[in-house]
Amino acid sequence: MAHSARTDCPELPDFSLLKRLAQRSAHLPQHEVDKLYKVEHKPVVSTSDQLCFLIRPRIQTVKWIYVANADKAAGRFRRYKIIFTPRKFYACEAMLEEQGIFGEVTTDEWSFCLLPLDDDVISMELPEFFRDNFLAGDQRWVRTAGSALHLLHSLYGPFSKLYGIGRCSKMAYESWREQVEEGEQTARRAEIGKVFLIDRDVDFVTPLCSQVVYEGLVDDIFRIKCGCVEFGPDVTSSDKSLKVMLNSQDKVFNEIRNEHFSNVFGFLSQKARNLQGAYDKRRGMDIKQMKAFVSEELKGLKQEHRLLSMHIGASESIMKKKTKQDFQELLKTEHSLLEGFEIRESISFLEEHISRQVSRLSGRINNRLLSPTGLLPKDYRSLKAQYLQSYGADHLLTFSNLRQAGLLAEQPAGEALSAMESKVGKLVNDKTAGKLTDAFSSLARKSNFRALSRKLNLVPKSDEEYDLRVPRDMAYIFSGAYVLLSCKLVEQVLERDGWTGMDEVTRLLNGHEFAVTADARTQGDARRVVLVMFLGGCTFSEISALRFLGREKGYKFIVVTTAITNSSRLIESLLGNQI
Amino acid sequence: MMKSKADEEDYWNSSKFKAFTFDDEDDEFSRLKESKRAVNSIRYLVEEDDDEEEVEKVSWSGEPVGSISWSVSETAASNQKADREPAFPKVSADSGPMSRSHSGYSLSSLFKGKTKGGNFQSLADSPSDPSVRLYAPELRKPKSEYKDYVSDWSPEETVQRMQQGKVVSLEKFRSLQDKLLLLDYAVNAHDGNVITAVLIYLKRTLSKEVLFRELESRQTALRHLIHYLTETRDQRLLLELLRALGRMEDVALLQYKEHLSIADENRRRDFLKNCLSLPFSPEDSAHVQDHYTLLERQVIIETTDRQAERGGKVEVFQKFPRKASILNMPMITTLYYCCFYHYTESEGTFSCPLNIRQTFKISEKQYFVTALAARAKLKAWSDVDALFTSRNWLGFTRKKSPLSFQRVVDILQKNSAPTQVLQNYVALVDDAELRISLAQKHKCHDIVINTYRDLKDRQQLLGYQVKLKRGSAEERKIDELLNNPQIRWKN
Repeated sequence: MAHSARTDCPELPDFSLLKRLAQRSAHLPQHEVDKLYKVEHKPVVSTSDQLCFLIRPRIQTVKWIYVANADKAAGRFRRYKIIFTPRKFYACEAMLEEQGIFGEVTTDEWSFCLLPLDDDVISMELPEFFRDNFLAGDQRWVRTAGSALHLLHSLYGPFSKLYGIGRCSKMAYESWREQVEEGEQTARRAEIGKVFLIDRDVDFVTPLCSQVVYEGLVDDIFRIKCGCVEFGPDVTSSDKSLKVMLNSQDKVFNEIRNEHFSNVFGFLSQKARNLQGAYDKRRGMDIKQMKAFVSEELKGLKQEHRLLSMHIGASESIMKKKTKQDFQELLKTEHSLLEGFEIRESISFLEEHISRQVSRLSGRINNRLLSPTGLLPKDYRSLKAQYLQSYGADHLLTFSNLRQAGLLAEQPAGEALSAMESKVGKLVNDKTAGKLTDAFSSLARKSNFRALSRKLNLVPKSDEEYDLRVPRDMAYIFSGAYVLLSCKLVEQVLERDGWTGMDEVTRLLNGHEFAVTADARTQGDARRVVLVMFLGGCTFSEISALRFLGREKGYKFIVVTTAITNSSRLIESLLGNQI
Repeated sequence: MMKSKADEEDYWNSSKFKAFTFDDEDDEFSRLKESKRAVNSIRYLVEEDDDEEEVEKVSWSGEPVGSISWSVSETAASNQKADREPAFPKVSADSGPMSRSHSGYSLSSLFKGKTKGGNFQSLADSPSDPSVRLYAPELRKPKSEYKDYVSDWSPEETVQRMQQGKVVSLEKFRSLQDKLLLLDYAVNAHDGNVITAVLIYLKRTLSKEVLFRELESRQTALRHLIHYLTETRDQRLLLELLRALGRMEDVALLQYKEHLSIADENRRRDFLKNCLSLPFSPEDSAHVQDHYTLLERQVIIETTDRQAERGGKVEVFQKFPRKASILNMPMITTLYYCCFYHYTESEGTFSCPLNIRQTFKISEKQYFVTALAARAKLKAWSDVDALFTSRNWLGFTRKKSPLSFQRVVDILQKNSAPTQVLQNYVALVDDAELRISLAQKHKCHDIVINTYRDLKDRQQLLGYQVKLKRGSAEERKIDELLNNPQIRWKN
């Protein structure tokens, strides 16, 4: 049997990983599986008479399997089976029916929906969730999300309380509740007490920020896929690439993953010194001690050595890339956008980058600017025009997508101040006068983010020195400049045990909040275990922030997400210039 | 915006039957208006089921329903509607019997399964007389006939079964009212898979006009259909739908998008030309016009340059062979390309940078940055110099830049400009501190020394001297300065 597999989403999950997994398992040879192929838009070349396709339920991918028809025309008989994961969709089957191959091609469903990436992170590996739900408004994954929750509930429930915010969260909650009612109940000791559901579109600002905690940076730069990362030759300082799992098993990584990048170097060099010390111990050992050293310690030390040099390599590479990209200024720009100051300068920074076609960077930062602050129409139009000139006119379609997904907020022109601001803005371009325009513009901008940030105190006062080594709140995740909105909501709701007193905040967030007591009997430690489910993806920064919050407030957070995301992935999923 | 206010309200209000509602506006209840009566009758049925709990225990699905104890804690936002509170987490009695009614073994449920089917249709006519449903003999059909009705599920049950992936037949939903009821239940169940499934059936069995009309007031379903048509690439129907909805900008963008799949540049250009008449917003219309003009030029430039390159007569193409064709490149890349290969051309040609700048209204800064990078790459330092030179009315020349000189240095340095060139621009940085740090970074010793001299900072000079090569000209210069009695050092 030949086995073809491809998930149609870009890159994730990793095919080679799947292949490795499949080959390692004893099952495939047992069933005489001949080979694994990636499903592509071309006929399958195989001598096998049975083909099995493991695919995401996407119409486009099913279309690729029409090659089955080509076989028939060639007078060749083969048996086909399609396994959809995590769900079978009616539309896909209808497609088979339409093509006249329904029945010849049998279908099945593999409801694989939870992939543990670490002790406290579970991914549904559904990156398309974001685009389907938040751009297209297609609710196909709502039930899948409900099922995932249901699965966790039946394993670790019953949950005592559920909170949530966002339209999709509410629907996922309902779907979960229905499935609970449909299914059987077994009395068990609860291991997860509370659940918090949150939609990605409740907080677009956080995932669009450049990440500066180690794990987030590694993801931004090297792209972590399914908990795995591939470090290129520049990191390994050899001619080979290295593929490694990044999770709490990696002792060195585990200690630095949640740290602000500025602390990572210090930590690594300390670690290197300790390691040197441990190696040095063997000097002056007698034979017996040496034997013990070799058998007990050496292996661990070697392991640590390997990990250490890898992460040092990675850090160096990060440093190199970031200095090349004017990272400092990018961060500064982001921070002032979050604070709402120096908008004029930020815009000119953007313009410069757009016109220099600084790759990747500006693609995101453009939007990053637009989303939190809301732009004056004049600025918006001019940035859009420059963007299109630099990156191609077909990004018109991207802009239309961004608007659709609610990522582009253009400030209505009605306000008197805006008009004044733009006039002043035209007249002056130098620094001192620029300050004046900033004062105007910050007055004029009354977008939701600004108000939310004030209400929840998301942007700490910038005149205070923030010691990143001794973080006092979640703001350290973004260099002390911004407390993650999503995680702040989690903190507040858990503290208040609901949304009481947060009317204004929920109003600014478009409502759809809920808090439900499901089973009041949960006691003990389970009450401190909180499942946070991100619908539409979450970033490593958010995970780090929740870990910090957990340590501070005595919670244990378990993150369930539809996929790990970051600014590039988020924007890429909204690109419109792809066929 | 993704969620218009009305859309949302509609959406959540329609979840009346799920009982989990935050926002119950009972009387609005707009979505299911046309099917209200029929639905009410189902409710009635449900209550009756409850009475017969004893019998129903035999149900094959055997689902122990209602075993979860729910209690309610209202959120702040829904507090004002406290009277609706008990409805918040769905009370199991509401839905329990529905799932139990799948039972196929007990006599009573057989009976009921049948009556449900028959009754659904009859009820629409006489909802006030429930007894008819269960007891009227004329509704009982012979047993043999009954088999045909075994799968006669109500719209709600059908949707439930679809959610669970069970086999259903939609063929029996023939009246428009039934179809819409089915759709509304699917939307209420929040399951995109089911919504799309129902839409596929509706698309097959309803005329476009009727379908489009009904979807106009059903935003959630509408978005599912749009997504479905996008995925199946049914461009024709999708355009029709958008036109029917009056979403002309979307029509334009969708048609414009087709250019992406045209590989041949001439055909793509012609296609874009046709796009010009599409109903874009005024702003986008200008962008599409630019896109067309740009490609038109690129085709011309590409043809000429390819020949020039092959001909081997033009020096610049020999020295710096083109890495890729200029076709379909963004505007700025095109400008860069022209600054690189066609910098000195007269303004009349399509490839002249100034001509491009004018045609596409490229801002001074953007033009400047691009030209600077291109000329620096070619190491044409005199061109670089000329970019900054402007004459004031007295005829003096001075260096001006729309870009901070710090950036200029940055760009030049990245194009490996020699120190002599760099220092010209480092010297123009206004801020003394910044100037020094840049000068140090790029080893422009003269500037460092002069700046310290101007600042009368002897200590710094001494410090800097140590870093310099022994016996170098710079070191001697510092010595001279330090020995100069006319300078009044501040330290």
